[in-house]
Amino acid sequence: MRLTIDGHPVEGPPGSTILEAARSVGVPIPTVCYHETLEPIGACRVCVVEVEGARTLVPACQRRVEEGMVVRTDTERVRANRRMVVELLESSADTRLAPEIGRLASELGADPGRWASLQHEKPLPARGPKLDNELYVREPDRCILCYRCVKACGEQVQNTFAIAVAGRGYEARIDPGFDLPLPDSACVFCGNCVAVCPTEALTFRTQWEMRRDGAWDESRQRTVTTVCPYCGVGCQLQLTVQDNRIVKVTAPVDDPTTRGYLCIKGRFGWQYVHAGLQTAPEALPKAQTDARRTA
Amino acid sequence: MSQGPVAPAPGRGVDLSRLERMPDPEPDEAVALQEVWREVAPESRRGRRDLLLPALQALQRARGWVSYPALAAVCRELGVPLADAYGVAAFYALLRTEPGPRHIVHLCDDVACMRRGADRLAARLRERLGPPLHGPEHGGLRGLPGSARLSGAHGDGASPGAAASVGWAFSPCLGQCDRAPAALAGDEVWGELTPEGLEAGLRDLEAAGHPEGARGEPDGAAAEAPLLAGGSPGVPGPRAGCMGEATPLLLERVLSGGATTLDAYLARGGYQALRRARELGPGGAMAEVERARLLGRGGAAFPSSRKWAAVAREPGPRYVVCNADESEPGTFKDRVLLELDPFAVLEGMTIAAFATGAERGWIYVRGEYPDAYRSIRRAVEEARARGYLGHHLLGADWSFDVEVRRGAGAYVCGEETALFNSIEGLRGEPRARPPFPTQRGLFGRPTVIHNVETLASVVPILLRGGKWYGALGTARSAGTKLVSVSGDVAVPGLYEVPFGTPIRAILEELAGGAPGGRRIQAVLCGGAAGTFLFPEELDTPLAFETLQAIGGTVGSGALVVLDETADLWEVAERIARFFKEESCGQCVPCRVGTRRQWELVRAIRRQGGRVDGALRALFDDLARVMRDSSICGLGQLAPNALASLVRR
Ligand code: SF4
Ligand code: SF4
Ligand code: SF4
Ligand code: FES
Ligand code: FES
Repeated sequence: MRLTIDGHPVEGPPGSTILEAARSVGVPIPTVCYHETLEPIGACRVCVVEVEGARTLVPACQRRVEEGMVVRTDTERVRANRRMVVELLESSADTRLAPEIGRLASELGADPGRWASLQHEKPLPARGPKLDNELYVREPDRCILCYRCVKACGEQVQNTFAIAVAGRGYEARIDPGFDLPLPDSACVFCGNCVAVCPTEALTFRTQWEMRRDGAWDESRQRTVTTVCPYCGVGCQLQLTVQDNRIVKVTAPVDDPTTRGYLCIKGRFGWQYVHAGLQTAPEALPKAQTDARRTA
Repeated sequence: MSQGPVAPAPGRGVDLSRLERMPDPEPDEAVALQEVWREVAPESRRGRRDLLLPALQALQRARGWVSYPALAAVCRELGVPLADAYGVAAFYALLRTEPGPRHIVHLCDDVACMRRGADRLAARLRERLGPPLHGPEHGGLRGLPGSARLSGAHGDGASPGAAASVGWAFSPCLGQCDRAPAALAGDEVWGELTPEGLEAGLRDLEAAGHPEGARGEPDGAAAEAPLLAGGSPGVPGPRAGCMGEATPLLLERVLSGGATTLDAYLARGGYQALRRARELGPGGAMAEVERARLLGRGGAAFPSSRKWAAVAREPGPRYVVCNADESEPGTFKDRVLLELDPFAVLEGMTIAAFATGAERGWIYVRGEYPDAYRSIRRAVEEARARGYLGHHLLGADWSFDVEVRRGAGAYVCGEETALFNSIEGLRGEPRARPPFPTQRGLFGRPTVIHNVETLASVVPILLRGGKWYGALGTARSAGTKLVSVSGDVAVPGLYEVPFGTPIRAILEELAGGAPGGRRIQAVLCGGAAGTFLFPEELDTPLAFETLQAIGGTVGSGALVVLDETADLWEVAERIARFFKEESCGQCVPCRVGTRRQWELVRAIRRQGGRVDGALRALFDDLARVMRDSSICGLGQLAPNALASLVRR
């Protein structure tokens, strides 16, 4: 498929998206809900571009290339729309822990403060962090409803379907059903939703507690790459280490085996490194004893 | 419900082990579910996610809310994950997932009812039943989940709200604007409601207690009762009229009392159009519709014959869907057609199926239309029993059958792809396009989807010929249009006019103008997604091109009249609240934008309707991103009416 993007001729294989075509020629398009391991979601609308002949803007992450398509990514219309989307995002959720959104906001000159003047209305009640398990924390006030976690938990990665979007409109939210605590839901604590969350609305408990205590310090952190000791799959792990202690475990998104996704053992079964095997199993969170038993 | 769609089985492979440990549902819930399962063999229920919404509706009817154990039972039966099913249940306004009163009175406070005294009724309800379950004072929030609902898994009596048997809530337009003010109580419609009538209705509800009101279930025996002209007892029949030589075309039977049985329909020329279509053959029938220049009447005004041709080109199986999710505030035309002339809709649909080679059809009726649902369901059953639907219908070498589904309170499900998702048992979120419905529609199959009025228009087109029909109206808008007139007029009602009729003529000659010799201040034209027209614009002919030229739209054909005593910013705020409550929440420009827009209108009202530079800049930026970047028409059109007022 031949198309032009900002005047550059581009060749894109059928079925590829405008975003992929643009990236192949170095034209940057910002994204928020898009994640390279997931099907395009099309929820945030940060990636909108102009396509000749289209009445509205189209999401570059989702729209497939067509023969002869003429795409513009750098017009005033595109920039104004993106700026507004970012303002709306920032006006509706706590995005301070979403560096990508912050970067976009300053690049586009977004001013979410403009909307604060309107907020005489009762905003949604702050919901606060949900601390219902030892492994990860949910903070709905930071959620931008990008749907990534839902897709990762569902048929695209984990096939567990423990969470979904419930409610609608401004009160839509991520919910395991009846606002159940996670241990009572179908969640298997793989942490793959945490891995894809762009705003720390889902965050590892260790990380969340260290932030709360003012102890989280990225300047003192380094990454150690290793292999998961638990099973024959041999997933590559990235240990984030601060002051010689593991503070979280992730996996590289470009690893073809894991694409960044792990199971509960690789993701959370590492506290023993510090606890020492002397610790009685009763003293460990249940998930961890499970991991130990399996190991 | 007996026919299994040729659908993927999304439920396979889902681990439901946790659900196996849930307690069984209560007996009344189990009975309600049995009704839904009855027609589908146990071994084929897995993966029939399309049964989810009917099951949720059955539970809602049985006890006024959907409990955890009952939802778990549904999930086990269908193989749907609990979180998914809950996400669907919590999407629809008519379904509740928390214990509460057994019966809920949904009082419409939308524009037409607002103009006709809904506030008096609200005051009465407040006095009688306490604060509403949701409404403007909650910023329109339907209530984020509390914690009461899980503790008593079966709820009844467990929470304070459950103690009262009757509660109430504000509702968006119920499509009864010609009988405003209106309310919906279970499957009963209350129209032209007075405080006394309301009191009587409440007393009935309280006395009826468990489980159903006197009218019973639309699925049950009550469905057999003959339809009165007005549908629900005690509700006046619709007022209707027409103008111009060619009319009445669509209202012919409605104007003489309706044709709600097959015999009545046949006696009035019914099924002659299908006969004609079969003489012409699929291509010939399609050509008639093309010559008729028929544009979709649902709002988007897309050429119908192009949809037909596109679907006919795709490999089968192909489907036809009738969009009867009429929810545009101020609009009730489809309701009247379904209630009083259901076979015409069915015949139009059958012709569309014949022309496109479709084998199955679905009619999706909005949840707030109990009488329309009863009427069209009866019509489908009668047509099937008498060979007008089903295998080799009327001896043809082709078969077509139709299933009737109900919505559960979601304006966005009138968006065609959201409607497909709703039938499939998913959240009613619009899908990305392309692919278009003609390529991948319902259950992923090529689908022709039309509004009720569009399908009904196919019948006169086949009868009188496409050329004749195409000559009616204006250069770019052929045929006749149903117009729902409500608000501050002497005779609110449903009127049929040829395209090109000046709006003023409709308002004055048919609807009798503003009552009491008052002056018309503005007309909300095209519904909440339309625009305000002001007195100097009322000579505009009602046609797609003429309204477009002045920045308006025909939309659904609703005209809500506002006389000089109306506060237009109050109306604007109701519209803004409507969109905020009806956004599906999928995309940021609409999910957050509709909320900000509502806040903005409130800010303007606080300044006495003065739009200063700062608010103007916010509004313009907001309107732009909503129009340009929202996924579907809801978000794209949500700023329209307000923009026409801000411009003023
Ligand atoms: S929790 Fe995170 S990943 Fe999930 S929708 Fe919210 S922001 Fe996106
Ligand atoms: S993360 Fe899980 S799947 Fe991967 S190697 Fe470790 S135990 Fe095996
Ligand atoms: S525009 Fe609104 S209703 Fe449409 S998809 Fe977006 S959020 Fe949903
Ligand atoms: S990145 Fe494309 S819509 Fe979010
Ligand atoms: S029924 Fe109340 S406004 Fe339509």
